[in-house]
Amino acid sequence: MSTGTLSTLEPVISDTWDVARIRADFPVLQQTVNGKPLIYLDNSASSQVPQVVVDRGSIYLEQEHSNIHRGVHYLSQKATTAYEGAREKVKRFINARDVRECIFVRGATEGINLVMHSYGRKFIGAGDEIIISAMEHHANIVPWQMLCEEKGARLRVIPMNDAGELLLDEYDGLLNERTKLVAVMHVSNALGTINPIKEMIAQAHKYGVPVLIDGAQAAPHMPIDMQDLDADFYVFSGHKMFAPTGSGVVYGKLELLEKMNPFQGGGDMIKTVTFEKTTYADPPNRFEAGTPAIASQIGLGAAIDYLNSIGRERAAAYEAELLRYATERVSAIEGVRIIGTAKNKASVLSFVIDDIHPHDIGTILDQEGIAVRAGHHCAQPVMQRFKVPATARASFAFYNTKEEIDVLARTIERVIEIFS
Amino acid sequence: MSELSELYQQVILDHNKKPRNFRKLETANHSAEGYNPLCGDQLTIYLNLEDDLVREVGFEGSGCAISKAAASMMTQAVKGKSKEQAEHLFQEFHSMVTGELNEETEENNLGNLKIFAGVREFPVRVKCATLAWHTLHAALNKEPQISTE
Repeated sequence: MSTGTLSTLEPVISDTWDVARIRADFPVLQQTVNGKPLIYLDNSASSQVPQVVVDRGSIYLEQEHSNIHRGVHYLSQKATTAYEGAREKVKRFINARDVRECIFVRGATEGINLVMHSYGRKFIGAGDEIIISAMEHHANIVPWQMLCEEKGARLRVIPMNDAGELLLDEYDGLLNERTKLVAVMHVSNALGTINPIKEMIAQAHKYGVPVLIDGAQAAPHMPIDMQDLDADFYVFSGHKMFAPTGSGVVYGKLELLEKMNPFQGGGDMIKTVTFEKTTYADPPNRFEAGTPAIASQIGLGAAIDYLNSIGRERAAAYEAELLRYATERVSAIEGVRIIGTAKNKASVLSFVIDDIHPHDIGTILDQEGIAVRAGHHCAQPVMQRFKVPATARASFAFYNTKEEIDVLARTIERVIEIFS
Repeated sequence: MSELSELYQQVILDHNKKPRNFRKLETANHSAEGYNPLCGDQLTIYLNLEDDLVREVGFEGSGCAISKAAASMMTQAVKGKSKEQAEHLFQEFHSMVTGELNEETEENNLGNLKIFAGVREFPVRVKCATLAWHTLHAALNKEPQISTE
């Protein structure tokens, strides 16, 4: 199956995952960096795109492209069919009830800003409270800070323990009659923690409080079912789930979207326009002004097809094994401390080394062809909570291998050697 | 890893482990904070400037090995120099690490600061090496805070 020696710790489960075949689907993985095979462990920052998704985007641009929605000619209908076809794929991917509940945006960050502007600015006012968590990415902090400043509302923060797990009793204590929104991440990009969002959503709903979930790090790793979770809003990014940059989705319950103000103004989101008065379109078009990133969203549809074709459960099981193996190998190295040790984690491994800055770790790993991210991961409050300036983060996808983890561990040992 | 050994030379590793003048200066009359938001390097440079001469210099902060070593060697290089000489060294150091100055063939006063020439091969790390110098420049000119964004 693969070259090189396999560890004696090889479990049975990975025999069902043909990682060599999967890797062949991703041409970018075949290259060398600094003379070494690329070991791409920066998937939480952005994932790689399989050839079929590249091809779908190319075919669109080569054969099908035109502007969408209002054309009477052949190509514009073809483009519209492809674009709306991608929306239908998204609806099925997340088990939304209605395709109108799936709004295309360029990523989770834009999605959260959309909800802040369209829902938050209309329904949240002075004295109201918004609950977020201590582990949020800046995308799920800054828009709410902006809203609170504008409206005179207050931001409340759910704390976490030293393992990087949210303190759910404290969450319960924060919910009160002034709470107008809860916004939390499904999976932490800095810590890997998977939050019990289904329970957290149910808890907020007891108080009639809607919940937005930042699912950017969840969508690549696990099935996300809007009927099961009952989230009011759910956002995710295409480029984190094997689709091109510029793609992403905001899911919102239809009854909420129908009450919401538009996001950006312009073409496509209107019904009628006069200089005296303009009326707005229904969801989802109300929230999609201007020509969208048509090719990218079609690419997202193709990525969804690809994920469905490889078997999501088996992919998740393989990733869990990668995480287990990497955690075992890396935490065994003296001087290394894992940041983010929740019981329930996605395949993200953040670590620090005594007296060695993550930036130096990252540079030395890069020399061996290993791509990790070193920094605050757009989660400065998380770094402050764990009293570290930054971490080095290895994040795994279903095309990574145990051999790659072996090289990672060996190179971390080399880093320590250099600095001793 | 031959290019790596150009970057992480023994002298640099030594200055990272035992940074010189690594203390707050009680007699400081100039100081500035420098911040590299990209990776979280953060330094404060303290100067005692008298009659246009850098009499004392100290630094505090946390950051990667390159930023710490660069700060340490910078404090050694500027102590006892005039403000003008220190500014000139800043220009030369900056030019060297951005590839504009060939420290071996062109005239310069860099001395053992030449050891940072290897940073050129690691463009992402240039800001780490220059942070201390940008901060020094800010301190000399009474600007309280800089960021290398």
